[in-house]
Amino acid sequence: MTAAALEIRNLRKNFGAIEVASGINLALPHGARHALIGPNGAGKTTLVNLITGRVRASSGQVLLDGEEITSLSQAARTRRGIARTFQVNQLFRNLTVLENIYLAIGERTGACNRLWRSAGGETAVIEEALDHLQSLALVSDACRPVRELPYGRQRLVEIAIALAQQPKLLLLDEPAAGVPSSESHLILDVISQLDPNITVLIIEHDMDVVFRFAKRITVLAAGAVLTEGTPDEISADPRVRAIYLGEKREAPRG
Amino acid sequence: MDANKSLPSSAGGEIAVERARGAGLLVRRDRFRPAEALPWLAALAAFFIFPNQMVLGNQTLIMILFALSLDLILGYAGIVTLGHAAFFGLGAYGAALLITDFGWSEPISGLVCGALVAAIAGFLSGWLLLRYRGLAFLVLTLSTTIMLQQSGNLFRDFTGGYDGIPGVNIAPLFGHFDYDIYGHTYYLYCLGVLLIVFYCMRRIVYSPFGRALVGIRENIDRMNALGSPVHWRLVVAYTISAAVAGIAGALFAQTNAFVTLGVFDFDQSAAVLVMLILGGAGWLYGAFIGAALYMVLQNELAKASPAFWQFGIGLLLIGVVLFVRRGTLPRMLNVSRLLRWRTQP
Repeated sequence: MTAAALEIRNLRKNFGAIEVASGINLALPHGARHALIGPNGAGKTTLVNLITGRVRASSGQVLLDGEEITSLSQAARTRRGIARTFQVNQLFRNLTVLENIYLAIGERTGACNRLWRSAGGETAVIEEALDHLQSLALVSDACRPVRELPYGRQRLVEIAIALAQQPKLLLLDEPAAGVPSSESHLILDVISQLDPNITVLIIEHDMDVVFRFAKRITVLAAGAVLTEGTPDEISADPRVRAIYLGEKREAPRG
Repeated sequence: MDANKSLPSSAGGEIAVERARGAGLLVRRDRFRPAEALPWLAALAAFFIFPNQMVLGNQTLIMILFALSLDLILGYAGIVTLGHAAFFGLGAYGAALLITDFGWSEPISGLVCGALVAAIAGFLSGWLLLRYRGLAFLVLTLSTTIMLQQSGNLFRDFTGGYDGIPGVNIAPLFGHFDYDIYGHTYYLYCLGVLLIVFYCMRRIVYSPFGRALVGIRENIDRMNALGSPVHWRLVVAYTISAAVAGIAGALFAQTNAFVTLGVFDFDQSAAVLVMLILGGAGWLYGAFIGAALYMVLQNELAKASPAFWQFGIGLLLIGVVLFVRRGTLPRMLNVSRLLRWRTQP
């Protein structure tokens, strides 16, 4: 059997005395559709930050395709095929939608190392960027600055940038957060049509999205894995129900 | 267009139009526009209209070049520095010492020497200091420049200390054109250098690398997440900026035939920042407008009130910062529309 697309071994992170990840283990096979759920402050975004290298782990290992990447920088991990979206948009707000994608591709292909060529002369980059926009129905907004777009479409740009990085592993941090329900189907359609070769880990609060999309679910609480299983197992788990339905009465200790 | 193969023809046609529009905007962005000739025509006009003001004209061209160098890192990459005079000063001393200590007085190689010295310093200090941002970077660049000035004073046998280096006399330009007392040759020399450097800078800011710098300015977190070698991008930009500041300093030493440690003064770093803010950072022409405005105002105000000319500059700066976000004249006259595509950087 081949190595898991992503494997996390006993990953820990503490900020001083506060432990935000305490011995997390997780393995995602290739092409996984895996959801990460848990109450606020459970450490979901921290885990994504630990995987991408935005935050360095205190101890433990992160393996991508069986190769250890724990000591690599964020940029080096990105080059190995990890891409992410952010819970709060991290876009080039004053640049056009096309330029946002252009930068993602330019950095991936190394076009952005060129000082002497016109940015408009990189036709391969521009064509690829337009292809990405077209597949997400964003072409009509190509020339608009991102800041002028409605929030739902900005979230799509966020996903488009991550896809333009041609990731092997895609981490989606609440991709539909803050999107009005009238627009959220746009995001969900895109997510459900993602290339099956991409391994996807999604953080989401909306249980409808999670159960529609994920094949397996990991529940995180207070920085540790509470349980992992199929959607049916998770929805039947009394501890998960306690967290989501009766948080006050049966709050986990610590 | 092959990308709309699987689409119904009418929708495909629309998408093809949208695609062409999107690509067109990027392709056309760096095309030269007629209005871009204006600053150069103005500079040539000044040469003929004010033949007795060539010294001021010279200084203005040099400061434009200096401000242009700052624009690459401040306006495009978003790095605020208070130590840019270091590179101006190193360029000046590089060019001056080449003549006085090595007896090599050909002017163009003097510029190259000044640029090289400044670029090496830019590379080393950038590599060390660009790990820091904001206030830390501000203080570090400021103190590095002060230390550089002080070490110039320490090695006075080599640098002449605060007495400076007299007799920085360059050989005729291209071995042919000698320098007149009114500074006409100097003016054309500076203008030619400015034109060449400007062309290079313009290519760089409109290159994919230049776009990446704008990306760093706009959202450094996202650039990191894109796998961009942010630190190296900034080091390269900083080194280029230092080299251009070095050329400005070298021109300063050559056209004044004299250089002192005053080139490293904090005032120099602050003045170039003020010029760029006056003209607007991040569109290259801010350097032209800001430096010209500053130099002419300084000249006129100093005539009116030799002790308090900075009061007028200060007043203008406050007005600009409070009332016009992106520089004075471009916003007032809306010339930015003429000089670049739309309002994007």
